[in-house]
Amino acid sequence: MSTPARDLPLIDIEGLCVRFGSHQVLRDIDLRVPRGQTLAVIGESGCGKTVLMKSIIGLVSPERGMVRFDGQDISQLGDKELTRQRVRFGFVFQGAALFDSMTVAQNVAFPLRQHSPKTAAEVQEIVLARLAEVGLPPTILQKKPAELSGGMRKRVGLARALSLEPEVILYDEPTTGLDPIMSDVINELIIRTRDHRPVTSIVVTHDMRTATKVADRVVMLYPLSRLTPHEPQILYDGPPERMESSSDARVTQFLKGEAGVRLEEIQAGEVD
Amino acid sequence: MSHADDIQALPRPNGWSDRISYAMVSWLTDVGAVSIDAVTAVGSIAIFALRTGSWLLTRLPRKETLLPNFYQVGVRSLPVVALTGTFIGMVLAVQSYSQFAGLGLQTRLGGVINITLVTELGPVLAGTMLAGRVGSAMAAELGTMRVTEQIDALSSMGANPYHYLVVPRLLACLCLIPALTVVANFMGVVGGAYYSIVHLGIDTFHYWHNSQSFVGNYDLFTGLFKSLFFGGAIALLGCHRGFHCDPGAEGVGRAATQAFVYSFVVIIVMDLFLGIALINIYDMIWPEESALI
Repeated sequence: MSTPARDLPLIDIEGLCVRFGSHQVLRDIDLRVPRGQTLAVIGESGCGKTVLMKSIIGLVSPERGMVRFDGQDISQLGDKELTRQRVRFGFVFQGAALFDSMTVAQNVAFPLRQHSPKTAAEVQEIVLARLAEVGLPPTILQKKPAELSGGMRKRVGLARALSLEPEVILYDEPTTGLDPIMSDVINELIIRTRDHRPVTSIVVTHDMRTATKVADRVVMLYPLSRLTPHEPQILYDGPPERMESSSDARVTQFLKGEAGVRLEEIQAGEVD
Repeated sequence: MSHADDIQALPRPNGWSDRISYAMVSWLTDVGAVSIDAVTAVGSIAIFALRTGSWLLTRLPRKETLLPNFYQVGVRSLPVVALTGTFIGMVLAVQSYSQFAGLGLQTRLGGVINITLVTELGPVLAGTMLAGRVGSAMAAELGTMRVTEQIDALSSMGANPYHYLVVPRLLACLCLIPALTVVANFMGVVGGAYYSIVHLGIDTFHYWHNSQSFVGNYDLFTGLFKSLFFGGAIALLGCHRGFHCDPGAEGVGRAATQAFVYSFVVIIVMDLFLGIALINIYDMIWPEESALI
């Protein structure tokens, strides 16, 4: 008997390897994300968190392995089918990646204008609703991204990602560069979005507060340069509350934010 | 490990023969590396052009995406193209006058200035101005979009960056460079005529009469036809450099410089080969007229 589609993981990553020239970033990553889950991918800078997320949406091509989204291998899709699948995702970029030449209203309306047959009035209504959802007033509609603060830009980025009501939302370092209060606002928005919509979320972060607050499950990646050839790159995969009791010292070290042996390496000049 | 690293890893030579072999291997490695880079770059631009071409044929961009590019390429380039065109016409008159006057052929100046302008200087000048003003701006703008992940954002929202960013810029350059060439030609002709007639005192009737007999429709066509290739090269090279920009401010700056330098070199090289091809085509179509010349 075949497995019903809803029981399959929405995102299924098998043996994913990604390499840029001679630099291998991801090695044999296996990861399954069921529908409705909020997964936090943590790890130190340069361990491949963002590359993993970009591989999921087909922005980075794998060297080996595959990423299946809803049963379809993303790397095998043609341009049209890939576009159709990408519309099911919302991507909140680290620096928001708002289009400089457009106003806030045009940025949030962009996916709608590209993919929906809605009238200008309907689009305007959705834009206002999405901005209200992330707590932004209509007075910023005509502002350019350069006129906004970092927190506002991230929220406009989230409003844009929500505009097509995606099934999956990918957050790349959503709280990086923000003050603690604005970071918490963003965390709350991630939780509120998850609670109000049937979305699957993947949050890439190195902020443990974000990971423990928003995620149902945490996956910790480790830089390949610090691993032996046969060690798995995923050091931890489980609920956030069990991270502290992990038997791997590197997980607890990251969790506590302790430099430990790394400081000695830096002092000895071994780390660049 | 790169080839250069392989060479570095070799033991240092001791004797003269060893040193010569070491230098030869090192030189061959450098030549090989440069050749591989050149082939890779040409292949990358060819793939970029093919992808852009396929999106150009799939569907046209929207009016609101096209018009700002047409404005940037056409309207904003007009003053600088007109101004440089005028001065080039006058410079041609200044430089050619003494040579022609020495032979008593100063009334032929109009013909020489105008044929040079419409076949060579007009299109090359418009192309160079466009490469400097528009090509490098395209590389800088798209490069900034690349490093700030705006191009990734476009893709993630299901908008194809080739269709949304490259095709409108290519269309703007292709459609408007002939118009800018006409402006450069016209202003050059006016500038040349003004200096020749007003300052050098050449007879107006003979100046224009000789111009008319020198410049034909095919010459006008030659200039405009070449300009289409220049426009295409400027847009493709500018966008390609932007899309493949290295990270950081330095990467964006380098992409802008490369866009201009590569475009300029390609314009000059294409000018030669297109010029030869168009003369051969003329000879094939009108052999009796070319025999008279």
